[in-house]
Amino acid sequence: MTEHYDVLVVGAGPAGLAAAQAAASHGARVGLVDAQARQGGQVWRHDAVHGTPRAASRAINASVGTRVPVTWLARHQVIAAQSQRLCAETPLGAVELSFGRLVIATGARELLLPFPGWTLPGVTGAGGLQALAKQGWPVRGKRVVVAGSGPLLWAAAASLRRHGARVLGIHEQASAAAMRAFALQLWRWPGRVAQALQLRAALHDVAHHCGSFVRRADGDAAVTSVQVTSGGTSMRVDCDLLAVGHGLVPNVALAGMLGCAMDRDGAHPVVQVDELLRTSVANIHAAGESCGIAGLSAARIEGRIAGHMAAGATAAATSLLRQRRHARRFGELLERHFALDPRLYALAEHDTIICRCEDVTLGALDGYTDARTARLATRCGMGACQGRVCGTALAQMGRFPRSDCRLPIFPARLATLADRASPPLPSRDSGDNHP
Amino acid sequence: MNTVNLSINGHAVTVPATASVAAAIATTPAACFRRSVNGQPRAALCGMGVCFECRVRIDGNPHVRACMTPVGEGMQVHTDD
Repeated sequence: MTEHYDVLVVGAGPAGLAAAQAAASHGARVGLVDAQARQGGQVWRHDAVHGTPRAASRAINASVGTRVPVTWLARHQVIAAQSQRLCAETPLGAVELSFGRLVIATGARELLLPFPGWTLPGVTGAGGLQALAKQGWPVRGKRVVVAGSGPLLWAAAASLRRHGARVLGIHEQASAAAMRAFALQLWRWPGRVAQALQLRAALHDVAHHCGSFVRRADGDAAVTSVQVTSGGTSMRVDCDLLAVGHGLVPNVALAGMLGCAMDRDGAHPVVQVDELLRTSVANIHAAGESCGIAGLSAARIEGRIAGHMAAGATAAATSLLRQRRHARRFGELLERHFALDPRLYALAEHDTIICRCEDVTLGALDGYTDARTARLATRCGMGACQGRVCGTALAQMGRFPRSDCRLPIFPARLATLADRASPPLPSRDSGDNHP
Repeated sequence: MNTVNLSINGHAVTVPATASVAAAIATTPAACFRRSVNGQPRAALCGMGVCFECRVRIDGNPHVRACMTPVGEGMQVHTDD
């Protein structure tokens, strides 16, 4: 069965919610798709204990209040795409969705870099542990080390404390000088200043170390301690959980599958868009982090622009361009001041597992210069995450560029693929062509 | 607070109705979510459906991401331990 929408929005985070609301305000029949059970995306994730953030509730309720209410398609994991239609896996089987215009608002994921012990239970992403705590993961009374890079560390630490965790320290890899320079530029974004002050107050008694990173994690069945390097010295910290993330990477698999051109942001592709957020493919728009990391404000404004454009309201979209440019500049600030220390790329040792799905070590990858050859020979990137973790890390570490996404975009049950009688999955080769 | 009863590796567990299966598993002494190809214990990593480290069997369906799945009354969860 195929359901048709004038405008289909993939991703129900801040960008997707804004896009859906904007498109529906012009009377378009809008479908809003997300793999998660609830709206909000990652930054506005519903908290099992503390509820939904107020701004998120407002954004979610707004889409219901539009002229033609938005159809919410929860737990729809998009697994395949071709011109004007998507295939999604749901708990009840496969669904086909066709669209007049598409807005890609697939957001970002955390950059997770390998180091000895990173596969131990109890080691998670920083945003990862925040997300898990919001799902009800028990952190009360647990000793947590928060490490990596970026403002997300503060947000994660504050969430974890709110859930009763004992945050032993925040280890930001950027230098104290870089952090000061970042803070001095923040006044241009008053909302950010307010947020930073709030976080600072919430974390006033938590030690914040700059130029500091976790070198390794140790433990048998789970992490019990970490080695932290600060300046020239290294020390052991006993802990129950390590939450470590090195910033965000855009999710571009769906856009790539639809043939949208990419730009490069360092080692990672971002969806190429013009000022009005049109991708290189007609009738497909992209908004928010999938176009490059710039944070919540940019995502919300871009969602509105893309939603207006998808509904054919170019004037409404154009009126937001100045705001967009300002919000986007925050992304440049982040990139400049939270640039990663190359020492982080050298933490993994010969026997450190890089591909967690297939247990491929760094040593096994010696001699390979591209992802495809390495995959064929070692199975690196062949598992369930399809290289989203290891391929992204290897690209960031300068080993080899990422390979393109393969079909299905996410692993799917055979029953889902069988359900999908017509049309068949587009035959596309494994897509390892590097631009 | 509304609660839900489910079974994890045959043990009855009661958790808030708003919890994910991943969170429910973390409340139990289950050593890990799955064993890796070489038999190492693994647990949830990304918390947002990307890494597949939290995949478990739910109501007979294998390889379901626990972090993406809300708990349901009577759910039967098996870790790949």
